[in-house]
Amino acid sequence: MTAAQKWIAFRTILTREIRRFTRIWLQTLLPPAITISLYFIIFGTLIGPRIGEMAGFSYMEFVVPGLIMMSVITNSYSNVVSSFFSTKYQRSVEEMLVSPVPNYIILLGFSLGGVVRGLMVGTIVTLLSLFFTDLKVTHLGVTIGIVLCTSVMFSLAGFINAVFARNFDDISIIPTFVLTPLTYLGGVFYSISLLPEFWQGVSMANPVLYMVNAFRYGLLGVSDINVTWAFAMVILFAVALFAIALHQLEKGSRLRS
Amino acid sequence: MGAMGSHRLRTKEGAHQSHKPDSTRSSRSLRSLRMTIWKAMTPALKITSLSKTYDNGFEALKGISLEVQPGDFFALLGPNGAGKSTSIGIICSLVRKSGGSVEIFGRNIDTDFSIAKQDLGVVPQEFNFNQFEKVQDILITQAGYFGLPREVAAERAEKYLRLLGLWEKRDSVSRMLSGGMKRRLMIARAMVHEPKLLILDEPTAGVDIELRRSMWEFLRQINAEGTTIILTTHYLEEAESLCRNIAIIDRGEIVQNTSIRQLLTQLNKEVFLLDVADELQECPQIDGFPTRLVVEEGGNSLEVEVVKGQSLNDVFAALDKQGIAIQSMRNKANRLEEMFVSMTNNDTENGTEGGDS
Repeated sequence: MTAAQKWIAFRTILTREIRRFTRIWLQTLLPPAITISLYFIIFGTLIGPRIGEMAGFSYMEFVVPGLIMMSVITNSYSNVVSSFFSTKYQRSVEEMLVSPVPNYIILLGFSLGGVVRGLMVGTIVTLLSLFFTDLKVTHLGVTIGIVLCTSVMFSLAGFINAVFARNFDDISIIPTFVLTPLTYLGGVFYSISLLPEFWQGVSMANPVLYMVNAFRYGLLGVSDINVTWAFAMVILFAVALFAIALHQLEKGSRLRS
Repeated sequence: MGAMGSHRLRTKEGAHQSHKPDSTRSSRSLRSLRMTIWKAMTPALKITSLSKTYDNGFEALKGISLEVQPGDFFALLGPNGAGKSTSIGIICSLVRKSGGSVEIFGRNIDTDFSIAKQDLGVVPQEFNFNQFEKVQDILITQAGYFGLPREVAAERAEKYLRLLGLWEKRDSVSRMLSGGMKRRLMIARAMVHEPKLLILDEPTAGVDIELRRSMWEFLRQINAEGTTIILTTHYLEEAESLCRNIAIIDRGEIVQNTSIRQLLTQLNKEVFLLDVADELQECPQIDGFPTRLVVEEGGNSLEVEVVKGQSLNDVFAALDKQGIAIQSMRNKANRLEEMFVSMTNNDTENGTEGGDS
């Protein structure tokens, strides 16, 4: 395939991905908007004032960056995992496998589809947050950079989950048992300085903590951890996941008999 | 066929290069002539010692070799589980082979997969399109995977949806289509990048007679326009009506590879073994019946070929005249025929016979 043909193939996959999640917006875009709004109402408006300040900000201000990041993470991941798994399940993945599209284009197309959904939901949630609090951006580059890298990383992770999945249970196991605990314990709702020293140490092993804090640093200018270190780690994870996903595709595992 | 092939090629090139000045036209036609000759000499499909053993140890293909010439309409016949779908799976890279090689128009599918796949269109046996997409979107997306620009993709989608009588349904979601329409959708999808080789895996299984005939018409048409076609089928009648050449595959091996005409002659022929009472010195001549003398330890016997319509009485009369007494008679087992009987049984069991043959 020529570079121009590869570009067309890539655009085709990306367009189809975007068409998919916008067609079923009732399942993809609306639920996170509702869930996160509930978080805003409960933690921000109802309980928030009783909690008092967190890291020098009102609880609402503190929790908003965490909730935006949480929605980006879950939506990037679940877009790719459900889209690629359903392609596999309906066997329409064969349409791509019999075509000359290189594997890395397939991977890039699906991952970017997840990134678009993640960012779109992130934007919706950010706009909703404006009803509850003023949003200020302290470091624009850090804010955008970390959202992008995080979204890419979780889209790739979702892709790998879909490749290994044999049934619908397999695509909900990782989100339920791994992703949700990691995000809930990843500094979305609290600063780890509240934790005893031992649990602070344990938290440092949670990659989500770095992303959430780097994002919070971008918006509020405060972070529990080193932001450079956060970027390095997210990028490293993304590269590793890309390599693993591509290797699985090249091997054709669970795709070609 | 060659002339038609080169015409197709020229129009294709013309579409891409229409902005170039006239001076390039002669070199272009020379190149297309060279391509035509090269195409004529290279098999559309060349399979060499292809083998496949699945993870569970089942040996689906035991080293088959096969060549299909450009422009041919080729049938791959065989009972269920014979290895037809495995072969097709390997050719279109959905199944990993255990050994051997596959070339499509001279391009190895392992080393040259990008070009090899451009030349190949596949219609699988089971529906494998996205059930939630619209008919037209499925085609345009498929064209995109082959790198066709959107305008070309839209044009091709319209062309093949019209040819297959699906244009009215272009905005329908694919799962709402009837079974026959779904099958035609898969054919249209396989044609959207205009492959030089089209492989169909039992395209007419479970399709009613009228639709089957219209699908045959479409396939004949694109074959006449230069597309090489290979189809697998259960129905001898389908192969007989459409195809020129045929390979029969059974238990992972090719048991016949011949022209349809030859095959039909062979099927029309029965071989009888006549055990003779006395020892014969030489083979008797029987007019109109090719005969062979078989000398075994238990006694002599004659192998007589009888074509359908001929009377066995003539054989007995001729032997009687020559004073040769027949003790007993049996049919010589005909593996081919047995296979056809078993294939027909399969069809009836599956209820896919359609009452057409």
